[in-house]
Amino acid sequence: MRYLTLLPLFFGLASVAIFLGCVELLLTFGLLNQFVIPFPSAVLGSFGRLFAEEQLFHRLVLTGTEALAASVLVSLFGISIGVLLHRCRVLQLATEPWIAAITAAPIVLAYPLFLVMFGRSAVTIVAMGFFAGLAPVILKTLEGLNGVRKSFINVGHSYKLTPAQLFWKIELPAAVPTIFVGVRLGLVFALINLIGVEFLINFGGLGQLVNDLAERYDLPGVFATIVFVILVSVVIFSALERMERWFRPADRS
Amino acid sequence: MRASSANLRLAPAEIAETDLIIDGVSKRFNTREGTVTAVDGMSFSIERGEFVSIIGPSGCGKSTIFSILGGLVRSFDGRVTVNGEEISGPHPAIGMVFQEESTFPWRTVIDNVAFPLEVQGVAKAQRYEIARRFIDMVGLAGFEQRYPSELSGGMRQRVAIARTLVFEPKILLMDEPFAALDEQTRLLLGDKVLKIQQDLRQTTLLITHNITEAVQLSDRVIIMTFRPGRVKRIVDIRLPRPRHGDVVSSEAFGRYVAEIWSDLREEASRGMAETEAGARQSKA
Repeated sequence: MRYLTLLPLFFGLASVAIFLGCVELLLTFGLLNQFVIPFPSAVLGSFGRLFAEEQLFHRLVLTGTEALAASVLVSLFGISIGVLLHRCRVLQLATEPWIAAITAAPIVLAYPLFLVMFGRSAVTIVAMGFFAGLAPVILKTLEGLNGVRKSFINVGHSYKLTPAQLFWKIELPAAVPTIFVGVRLGLVFALINLIGVEFLINFGGLGQLVNDLAERYDLPGVFATIVFVILVSVVIFSALERMERWFRPADRS
Repeated sequence: MRASSANLRLAPAEIAETDLIIDGVSKRFNTREGTVTAVDGMSFSIERGEFVSIIGPSGCGKSTIFSILGGLVRSFDGRVTVNGEEISGPHPAIGMVFQEESTFPWRTVIDNVAFPLEVQGVAKAQRYEIARRFIDMVGLAGFEQRYPSELSGGMRQRVAIARTLVFEPKILLMDEPFAALDEQTRLLLGDKVLKIQQDLRQTTLLITHNITEAVQLSDRVIIMTFRPGRVKRIVDIRLPRPRHGDVVSSEAFGRYVAEIWSDLREEASRGMAETEAGARQSKA
């Protein structure tokens, strides 16, 4: 069984290594432009420099804190607003199309407005992440609550559950899988916007570092930071998946 | 073999022995095509400890009657009384088993079964003890910590039955609980339900469209007409008790099935013809 678990991981890592080896060879033989794509070996080699000279760890903590703040706000407000709209049908009908439209809108373009309101600060970055991630959480919470099986609700009614008991014991647990999809989507949107705004306003953690290194034309550094951001995202979403499994014990079995 | 008259009126002495009385119940729905009468003036009663089945073609209002008796539909004409008390919503004496999947996937078997006791505020140790008794009764001992996703359809339906029985309702209503199961599981589960009903002497009303199931389990079978749903005939099933699965191979069983089918075929054919005519009309 352990062999079956490790085999895909081994193949995944091996295919990345082969891909990087091919890029290295193509660059060596001049088939790829070295001024556009740095050598993978140089990218790997620049990690030490990024930690020592560019305070990569400190920047990670900064971006991580902003991401955590945005995540908590997105989850808290998104789920609460979703529940409120589910309870108030008129409000749901009035606002749902707007919220759906906001999901597709490039909210990142509103950053000058947030700069005016909150200044060039972490608050602007967190606010941008929050607004970008809010809509999917609201919509998925609504979808989850609206999609609770009628038979579950009927079971609740047959035991004469109060509206509060019906919500906490049946509706919310039944909607958890869909709500989690929304939270995951919300966090993806929040994280993309967060790092994007750091890049745009040249402030904060990892996004600002990419901006700095790009302006210095430090291609290995830029690529190494981007790889680092991807690795951090993988870790965050693995952690989220574990949390989801903890909330949904039925899926652990 | 005796067929009872359809609409019955009870004497006061009979009411004392009667758990459930349905008196002139009608239900109309407003649709885009106009008012549809789903159930029209249904009257029957169920005595204490009796097992009664309602059988009828699709669309005859069987599930509407189930919802009315369970208190899930509050606006209807007529009266439904439980032990002489008129119902106006879910009644504590009535337990319901639904046709659709109704076990909670986020709860283990024991937490599903203990759910009614949990909402009543029974302490955890006590409700688990009671739940274990009913899990054992439906033959799921050893599966307490499993989740519904780990069980077969028949096992999940047994969890739903145990959950309904755990608060010991006087009357058990079941709406086609075996509809999604294969024939073998259906027969075996029917045996199980029959044994539980005989052990607990539970008044039971089963809604079904399966004649074999109705004859195998019931003391009486109520045959309904196609829309609007009315009582067409009530057939007393005088097969010996306790009954087991092998009753289905007896000659008397076959006669009951044939008798009910001759009544039901008429209604089912009418239903099919009306549905097809309706479909042709809406196409035109």
